[in-house]
Amino acid sequence: MRRYSNVIAAYSIMLFLIILVGVFQSWSIALSILNYCLISAVMTIGANIQWGYAGLINFGIMGYTALGGLAVVLVSVAPVPEAWSAGGLSLIFCLLIICLITLLIKYLIKNKNIENKTFIISSVIISGIIILRFISAPAIESIESVDPAKTGFLGGLGLPVLLSWIVGGLFAAGVAFVVGKIALGLRADYLAIATLLIAEIIVSIIKHEDWLARGVKNVIGLKRPAPYEIDLQNSEWFINLVEKFNSTKLNMITSISERKDQLSQLVIDASSIYVKLCFSGLFLIVVVALLILTQRALYSPWGRKMRAIRDNEISASAMGKNVVKEHLLIFILGSAIVGLAGAMMVTNDGLFTPGSYRPMRYTFVIWVMVIVGGTGNNFGAILGGFAVWFLWVQAAPMSLFLINFFTANLPETNEIKIHLINSAPYFRFLIIGIGLLIIMRYRPQGILPEKIVKH
Amino acid sequence: MDFLNAIILLLNFTILPALTYGSQLALGAMFVTLIYGVLRFANFATGDMMSFGTMFSVLLTYYFQSIGINFGILPTALLTIPFAVFMMIFYMLTIDKFVFSYYRIKKSPPVQLAMVSVGVMFVTQAIIRIIIGPSDRRFLDGEKFILKATEFKEMTGLNEGLTIKSTQIITVLVTIIVVSIMFWFLNKTKTGTSMRAYSDNEDLALLSGIDPKKVVLITWIIAGILATIGGILYGLDKSYRPFVYFNNMLPIFAAAIVGGIGNPYGAFLGGYVIAFAEIFLTYAYKKFFSYILPESLEPSSLVQLLSTDYKFAISFSILVIVLLFRPSGIFEGKKI
Repeated sequence: MRRYSNVIAAYSIMLFLIILVGVFQSWSIALSILNYCLISAVMTIGANIQWGYAGLINFGIMGYTALGGLAVVLVSVAPVPEAWSAGGLSLIFCLLIICLITLLIKYLIKNKNIENKTFIISSVIISGIIILRFISAPAIESIESVDPAKTGFLGGLGLPVLLSWIVGGLFAAGVAFVVGKIALGLRADYLAIATLLIAEIIVSIIKHEDWLARGVKNVIGLKRPAPYEIDLQNSEWFINLVEKFNSTKLNMITSISERKDQLSQLVIDASSIYVKLCFSGLFLIVVVALLILTQRALYSPWGRKMRAIRDNEISASAMGKNVVKEHLLIFILGSAIVGLAGAMMVTNDGLFTPGSYRPMRYTFVIWVMVIVGGTGNNFGAILGGFAVWFLWVQAAPMSLFLINFFTANLPETNEIKIHLINSAPYFRFLIIGIGLLIIMRYRPQGILPEKIVKH
Repeated sequence: MDFLNAIILLLNFTILPALTYGSQLALGAMFVTLIYGVLRFANFATGDMMSFGTMFSVLLTYYFQSIGINFGILPTALLTIPFAVFMMIFYMLTIDKFVFSYYRIKKSPPVQLAMVSVGVMFVTQAIIRIIIGPSDRRFLDGEKFILKATEFKEMTGLNEGLTIKSTQIITVLVTIIVVSIMFWFLNKTKTGTSMRAYSDNEDLALLSGIDPKKVVLITWIIAGILATIGGILYGLDKSYRPFVYFNNMLPIFAAAIVGGIGNPYGAFLGGYVIAFAEIFLTYAYKKFFSYILPESLEPSSLVQLLSTDYKFAISFSILVIVLLFRPSGIFEGKKI
């Protein structure tokens, strides 16, 4: 038990902070912070697998998150039959052509007896792209013109949304396989830049291919694994439940109409909290399951092998470990978890907004989470996700409070005071940046450092 | 005549903008490559440092305008360059003293330094937004055009007009001046040679009596000059917006790596490779072909290889291809 005392202490502080938000601001805000903390925790588990276990830098986190979100749309949204009949067949045909080109290139690369290989391969690619454009352009145009205000895309499969979480992971894993094949041979900082740029490419494709998921026009009203507020507000059992919970408060009110108003207000509040609690429960199950799995993996022979590769690649490969294969595997695993987190995030929001995936900004926030929490320690990574997200959200109110506190003596019309108050939201960057610099300097291993269990 | 028209069309819509954008990228890429070559880390605060220098230029331009100083037909911002560069160098040296030097002395791995630069990036972003705010600002004054399309049409009697913006000429000229001074400095002076030696082999350089502190100092000073001037030129040509500068880090990195990171000549050319590729691949050639092809062959579509939405994606794809086939960049050449 003593071994985990600092873990328990850190987590109780975190829980206490969230409860404080619940008491002082509102329980609804506290729960939505908690949900986002849990999603961030899943992302940091993914990033931590890559960075903490294997020392791979993946700055492409937002690309995989966006893929996870795309999976939710493609799996859970109901299909649009008009769009399918307008251009579905030719798009399937395009997909077949892409597969054919890939196979052809693979064959060309494997075959050793061809001269001018690079020339032939590049001409195959270029002619393939031209053919694809010719076939797909009219199809895409006709799909996008099917009721563009509401649909204008192919739609999804209409399956349950929870399935899409798995599919999101698979999507991310598939792309990570390709990216890993391309980029994993690079040196650490090159890999960081390459993955960042590839993520930017992925996001820009999702943003601009409207037939796929409406692009920047966003998909709204996605399915939920939890009940809807409006259904709850109309169901008998829920109203009774709320009445039971607040019976003392309600009994104090004597007038019947006032009591009724109060009750309906309470039901509305309670329904949003109930929905958020459902999400929290689901996310918590995912986080705990991932934590158990990763923790077991870390202390298994495989985890020891990964650490050996991370600490000394050359000697690990001299001992007969296949470094390239293990790197690829861990890159895929980590990315799949990030994709899962992306699907969870879109499900939680109920809408898919490709415009909000900004690889440059949020990727770095996730990385700050991993480094602050503790690289190579899963408990640390989750804690980092909680702590940094909490700071990210609460930095603005906190800095507003501090600004008001320090400039209390200045008159209301003082220009510096007004300017500072207007720029309060930007203090979060300052807090996150200085926090990262301090942690990097004085506790480079993170709040909860990696623990090596000796056997 | 049609042929001339076609040439002017290309010059006006692709070559001139690409040359301007390429110069701006080239300055940024040289900044990245210099830090990478001498201080040995990928600086993720690149875009924000450029933005930081430009911020001072914007504020000083506003100040100069308010007290009635101007530079005649040239933009006032050019007058502010020395002050902005000074502030930038001061900021960079402060950051280096309090943040980077600790890791340099400890000989931390480059990855750790790159992570630290992410921290610096956040802090710089915050400072910029707190001082000047995130909004879009234009600070170009003076004469806007050197040659207007209508004037050119009257002069030559061609159908196509050629517009030359003053910022385009200023960008190209300033870039040529700055870059030639820098190459002269790196190749001909003793300090420049010692910098190249330090970047090639730190241990040997230290052994032959080169003062590492001086090399680092000079590197930050040159970096400050490049970053500020690159940022100001970009801001004059387009506009100043912190978030755009932050995003510009990506094509700049792409240019530096395509050119061969650590090699200033490569970075300089890499900037133009990226800029020309971006603009040539997204330009719609319909009008161009309608001039040079006979009427029967005129294309009906836009003849655009890729839509402009994928502008950024192009430079990154070039980067990925280069990394695949020549991880050390196109122009290996001499290392700085």
